[in-house]
Amino acid sequence: MPWRTVNSVLPEGRYYYTGAEAVAEGAIAAGCGYFAGYPITPTTEVMEHIAHRFPEVGAVFMQMEDEIASVCSCVGASWAGRKSMTVTSGPGFSLMQEGLGHALMTETPMVLVDGQRAGPSTGQVTVGAGDVMQARWGMHGGMPTIATAPWSVQELYDGAIRAFNIAEKYRTPVLVMAEAATMHLRETLEVPAQVEVYERDKAPGQPPFGCAAPDGVPPMPAFGEGEKLLVTASTHNEWGFRRTADPETERVLVNRLYNKVMMHVDELAEVERYYLDDAEEAIVAYGFTARAALAAVESLRTDGRKVGLMRLLTLWPFPQKAVKELGSRVKRILVPEMNLGQMVYVVDAAADCQVVPYTQMDGTVIYPSSIVNALGRAA
Amino acid sequence: MSSEWREYLRPNVTLPFCPGCGHRLLLRHILTALVELEVDMDKTLFVSGIGCGGWIPSPCINTDTLHCLHGRAIPFAVGAKMANPELTTLVVSGDGDIADIGGNHLIHAARRNHDMTVICANNMNYGMTGGQVCSTTPVGAITHTTPSGNERNPFDLIALVNGAGAKYAARYLVTEGPSLVAAIKRAVQTTGFSFVEAISPCPTQFGRQNKKDSIKDAYTYVESMVTSSDTIGMGRSVDADGLLVTGEYVHA
Repeated sequence: MPWRTVNSVLPEGRYYYTGAEAVAEGAIAAGCGYFAGYPITPTTEVMEHIAHRFPEVGAVFMQMEDEIASVCSCVGASWAGRKSMTVTSGPGFSLMQEGLGHALMTETPMVLVDGQRAGPSTGQVTVGAGDVMQARWGMHGGMPTIATAPWSVQELYDGAIRAFNIAEKYRTPVLVMAEAATMHLRETLEVPAQVEVYERDKAPGQPPFGCAAPDGVPPMPAFGEGEKLLVTASTHNEWGFRRTADPETERVLVNRLYNKVMMHVDELAEVERYYLDDAEEAIVAYGFTARAALAAVESLRTDGRKVGLMRLLTLWPFPQKAVKELGSRVKRILVPEMNLGQMVYVVDAAADCQVVPYTQMDGTVIYPSSIVNALGRAA
Repeated sequence: MSSEWREYLRPNVTLPFCPGCGHRLLLRHILTALVELEVDMDKTLFVSGIGCGGWIPSPCINTDTLHCLHGRAIPFAVGAKMANPELTTLVVSGDGDIADIGGNHLIHAARRNHDMTVICANNMNYGMTGGQVCSTTPVGAITHTTPSGNERNPFDLIALVNGAGAKYAARYLVTEGPSLVAAIKRAVQTTGFSFVEAISPCPTQFGRQNKKDSIKDAYTYVESMVTSSDTIGMGRSVDADGLLVTGEYVHA
């Protein structure tokens, strides 16, 4: 069976860690065997931690010449049989888009952590969440992606493990859309004694790029196993032969790549609900901003206002059903974001109620008081 | 021996090259070298980029092959080799792929001394896109983007990789079969970063644009830009007349 229970690498217990340390340790716990990266604030600390820790656990660390090389080398390492990861921030995330597309098209498991900062371009190396749409639409071709939005140090640890498990199970890159705010946050991390990890399916002699199910994930061999693999990101048939002028091959491939994400939204798209049972108004928030949103909700509740929070743990595939259901029973949804409005468009499309953006893009985090005020104005 | 190299071709693959393409010869030389070295093809990885040169291993060679993004074959190969050092790892791709868009990866792979062989199929232009100038096009040559002749100096790839720290470098014409096969063998046997530049005439694009109307004329034209050297060592890789000097450039 692909699922295995393994002992945590860090001894069980409580740690006082930064998000950067937690995501690195989560990757180690998940069995990550290869990391490649390039220094960039605010995620350099992840790479520095990994540079110290990987040799201790028999994993390979590479500092590459740029972010393009980093993501590309992860694809090579993944095909050579190691779980692979890279970590970057906005400008590096832009450089990595083409390599991510190669990983998606060749069905290569890997994890990419984006510690978002305030863009555009070099912008500010402070906090922001400006890459959440890029996580869905950054690659040419517009294929669905899987992207999560951790809000705590704990979730950077647990979420790294989950990201590897999803990447391996679905054979696709998984994006962890972290933020400078959580990367540099230091708080308590609980490390359990054991974790569940997914090891990739092997089936020697089976086609590595096709299967009967329209949403299926083929088994994944590695280089050096005698399979004579033909891996290409050009349109290919189930054995990897390029068929770049055959409409049927393209249809079969892209439909399966689409379906293997979009037919599993219920498993992939997670939300958390706070104070929503009797809510007349709601906040939909993600990442660090959801912490402020929860504080705002609790403050408003003490004043008797019936407001709740839906936290998006998954940005992509978007938790359409949950947001649609929420929109059917509240009169208003506020969407606070550390950008000039991105996920608010998706919430607005899903929810049949008033949807109000609250945007802040100045390199600082959104305070609970700002959300309280924004909700006051919206009423 | 001549029949053996064909056994390393992937079954049921039609070779994708134009008539007279030097890459077909290079494919044969690469496979001949591997046959002679008795390399374990189950533990051999070919990595290639985008362009005509990328099609030399993918899909033609019957080993694990990874066909990559344009310019990025080397970092993909670095990841695979670092993840599994048992893989005999070769990058085969074109000059545009390796020296233009991928030039940064080339010099850094040489500097870091990854244990791999990079074979650059240098046809002196972007062949697959119809024949545009690239960083190895000789001064004066006509391409679709240099209709009055190329005014920019080409890279001397041997000097480039030697400066970056390659442990072995060689340059031969694809028509210098025995020398090129020997060079590929030495490159694969080198521990550390090795580089082979195979000068590979492109009659269809580069030859035709330069008014070389036959395959033979296209080969003569490219051969006129090259001079041979029997010197093994740190000789000049471009001579006083600007000719590319073939030979081996061996480091410690």
